[in-house]
Amino acid sequence: MTTVAEERTAFPQRTGSHVLAELLFRFRELGIVLALVIVVGSATADNHRFLSSTNVQQIVSGAAIIALLAIGETIVVITRNVDLSIGSILGISAYAAGTLYRNHPHVSIVLIFLLTLAIGAAFGALNGLIVTVCRVPSLVVTLGTLYIIRGIDGAWAGGNQVNASMLPRSFNKIGYGTVAGVPYLAIIAIVAVAVATYAMRSFRTARDFYAIGSDPAAARLAGIPVGSRVFLAFVLSGAIAGVTGALWLSYYGSVDAIAGVGYEFQVIAAVVIGGVAIFGGSGTVLGAASGALLLSTIYSALVVVNVSSFWSAAISGGLLIAAIAFDRLIAVRVAPVLRMRRRARG
Amino acid sequence: MTTPSQEPLLVLEHAQKSFGAVRALEDGDIELYGGEVHGLVGENGAGKSTLVKILAGVHRPDAGRLLIDGEEAIFDTTKQSQAAGIAIIFQEPTLFPDLTVAENIFVGMQPLKRFRRIDGRRMRREAAAMFDQLGVRLDPDRLARGLSIADQQLVEIVKALTTNARVIVMDEPTAALTSTEVERLFRIVETLRARGNAVLFVSHRLEEIFAICQRVTVMRDGRHVLTKPIGELTIPSVIRAMVGRDMEALFPKVPAEAGHVVLAVDRLTREGVFTDVSFEVRSGEIVALAGLVGAGRTEVARAIFGIDRWDAGSVEIDGRPLPPGSPTAAMAAGIALVPEDRRQQGLVMDFSIERNIALASLDSVRRAGLIPRGAERRFARDWALRLQLKYGRLTNPIWTLSGGNQQKAVLAKWLARKPRLLIVDEPTRGIDVGTKAEVHRLLSELAAQGVAVLMISSELPEVLGMADRVVVLFEGRVTGQFTREEATEDAIMHAATGLVGAAA
Repeated sequence: MTTVAEERTAFPQRTGSHVLAELLFRFRELGIVLALVIVVGSATADNHRFLSSTNVQQIVSGAAIIALLAIGETIVVITRNVDLSIGSILGISAYAAGTLYRNHPHVSIVLIFLLTLAIGAAFGALNGLIVTVCRVPSLVVTLGTLYIIRGIDGAWAGGNQVNASMLPRSFNKIGYGTVAGVPYLAIIAIVAVAVATYAMRSFRTARDFYAIGSDPAAARLAGIPVGSRVFLAFVLSGAIAGVTGALWLSYYGSVDAIAGVGYEFQVIAAVVIGGVAIFGGSGTVLGAASGALLLSTIYSALVVVNVSSFWSAAISGGLLIAAIAFDRLIAVRVAPVLRMRRRARG
Repeated sequence: MTTPSQEPLLVLEHAQKSFGAVRALEDGDIELYGGEVHGLVGENGAGKSTLVKILAGVHRPDAGRLLIDGEEAIFDTTKQSQAAGIAIIFQEPTLFPDLTVAENIFVGMQPLKRFRRIDGRRMRREAAAMFDQLGVRLDPDRLARGLSIADQQLVEIVKALTTNARVIVMDEPTAALTSTEVERLFRIVETLRARGNAVLFVSHRLEEIFAICQRVTVMRDGRHVLTKPIGELTIPSVIRAMVGRDMEALFPKVPAEAGHVVLAVDRLTREGVFTDVSFEVRSGEIVALAGLVGAGRTEVARAIFGIDRWDAGSVEIDGRPLPPGSPTAAMAAGIALVPEDRRQQGLVMDFSIERNIALASLDSVRRAGLIPRGAERRFARDWALRLQLKYGRLTNPIWTLSGGNQQKAVLAKWLARKPRLLIVDEPTRGIDVGTKAEVHRLLSELAAQGVAVLMISSELPEVLGMADRVVVLFEGRVTGQFTREEATEDAIMHAATGLVGAAA
C-alpha cells in the first residue's frame, strides 16, 4: 500500500543537519569508516610501508580475532550484560587445543574445533547460569570467572608451552594462510560477521536480545523468556571465544598460561567504539567488527609512526571515552528532532 | 455487533492475592462482555492494579476462578494471558525504546518467511494498515524512543489488535494525556467496542468513566463493592461506594485573606516556550495555572524556580528581583517546587522515607557538617505526623509508599523549608480520592497560614474547587485571568483552547 518513500515524505520536518545527525545515529559504521580513512591516510603519509601487504595482513588478522570475539560480546552487551571472561576462555581453549595436539599429533582439525567450541560453550553456560539463576550482575560473575578460568589455565599449564613445532602444518596454515593475499582469518571473520549481522536482524531470538536490553521489565511483560535468552547469549559468547581460541593458536603458533590476557578489554572497547550501547538495546555486530578493525589499525599505525605501546593503550582509552561522548552528543542532537516530529503531528 | 453479547468473554470470581502479610486482593470479581466498555474504579490500594495483573498473567491468584469463554483458565505467564486473547495497556507503556514502532507491535510474534526469518516488509505494511484503520499517523519505521505517552499507548493498542485480543484492559490510560489525546483515545475505544471487543477501562477520573463506559465495577479495600449499568449510577453515588462515605469535602477550600504580593511575574518570556507571561500571587492566595498539557505551565514554573533560564521579563519575590537560572537563589528566596513527576524529579526512590523528607532541609538538621541520624529521624517523624503520612517504618525505602503518600512525602520535604511561595505541579495526579482531599486540605491550610500557592492543574474540578484566582495559558501566552467568582468550566476551557483573546 504505502511505500517506505511515501511514509518518509509524510514527515517533512527533517532538515539537512538533522538528517545528518540521525544518519550518524542510525548508521554508526559511517563514522568508523571515516576515522579509518583518516588513520590509514596519516599513517601512510608518515611511512609508506604502512600499506605494505605484510603489514595490512597483520592488521587484518589481529582485527579478525578481536572482531570474532566482538560478535559474542555484542550479543551479550545488547542484552544489557557484559562478558569479561572471554579472554580467559580464549586462553584456556587455546591451551586445551595445543595440549591435545602435543599428546595426539594426528588428531583431526574438526575435533580441535569441536573441543574448543565445547569448552567455550561450557564456560559460557556457567556464566549464563550464575547470571540468570542466581541473579548476580554479569559484571561480577564474569569478573569472577575471568580469574577462575585463568587460574585453572595457570594451574594446568604451569610453565609449559605448546610450540608451533608440535602443531601440524595444516593447522598452522589456517593462521597464516592467504587466498589472493587475503588471510584466511580475515575471510573467516568476514563470513562470521556477515552471518551474525544477518541473523541479528532476521530472527526472533535475536530481536529478543535487543528487546531485553532495551527494557528488561517490558521484555518480561511481553512474554519474552528473558532468562533463557540471556543464558543463550552467554553460551554464544563463550562458544565463540572458545573457537576463537583455536584460531588464535593457529595464528600465533604457540600457547602458554597467559594467552589472551586482557583481550576482554580490547573487545569491549571495540564493541563500544562500534556503537553498541553499553546499557544494551542497540548496536550491530557489523559496527563492533568495524570497531575492532579501527582499533587494530590505530595500534599498528602508532607502531609504524614509532609511538610507544604505552601510548597506544592510552590512546585507545581516549578513543573509547570519545566514542561514548560522541554517542551522547548525537543522542542529544537527535532528541529535538524526535520531539519536533511529535509536536508537529499532535 | 454493537450490542453486548449475552455470554461473558471473561469472568473472574472471588480472586484473592496476598504479598507476604499484605492482602492486596481479598475478593476480586469482574465480568467482561464483548461490545462493552466496563469501568473499574476504586481508590489507590483498592486492588485494581492487582486484579489487572492477575488478568495479565503477571500474578497468579491464591484463590478464585478465572473463566475465559466459560472455561477455566490459569495463567502462569503473560504469554498464556496473551494467548487467551487478553491484552493489557499499562499505565506506563512498556515499549522498547531501541526498537522501531513496527518491531514493538510485533515483538515475539513477528511475521515469518522461509527458515523462520522475520518478514520485515510485511511487518511494516501490517503496522501501517492498522494505524490507517484507527485513523492515526505514526511512522512504523521510527524508533519508539521519544514517542509521547499517547502514541506509546497507541502502539500498545495496535499491538493488542494484532494478537487478535478480544479483551483489552486499559490501566489508567488517560492519566498522562492531553484532552485532545483523550478524545482520540475515546474514539479508538469506541472503535474497539464496535468491533465486539470487551474493554476494561480503569481510571481515577469519574467523568471519563461516565463518558465511555456502559457498566461500572467499584472496588474498595481489595473487595468488589458493586457492579451496575452506568445508567443506574451517578458520580456522587460512585464516590460514596469508593470511599465508603460521603465526600462532601473533596475541595475543602477555606477562604483566606489575600495579603501582600509574594510573587510578581512580569512579561516573562522564554523563546519558543512562553511569551509575555505576567501574573501575581499574594500571600494567602491559591492561584491556579490552568491550560492544556503543553501550554507551557510547567515551563513557567521551572523558569520561576530557576531550572530553566528566561530570555526576557522579570520575577520578583517580595519585591526583590530573582536572578534567572538559579534554583539556589530561588530556594533561598523561599520558593519550593513540588514537581509533576514525583518518581523522577521529586523523590530519590531508593532512599528511605526519612532521608527523602529531610533532604531539602539538611541545612537545619546539620550539626558541624555532619547529619545526625537521630535529628534527621525526629525531623522526618515530625513532618510525617503533620501530613498524616501512612507508612510502615521511616527507614523503609520511599517506593514502598502508595502514590498518594509519596506525594505527601514530597510535600513534607518542601513544607519543612517553610516556603513563602509553594509551586505545586499537578499535585493530585494519579492519587486516590481520599488522599486527594487530604492534599487539598493541606494546600488550603497552607494558604490560610499566609503561604502563597501557585498550583498547576489539568483537572478542572480541582482548579474550580481550590483556586482563588485562575490564570489560563494557551500556547505559552496568558489567555485569561479569572477570579474565583468569574471562573467557570466554560470560561476556562474557552481560554485554554485559545478561543478568546487575552482578557488580562
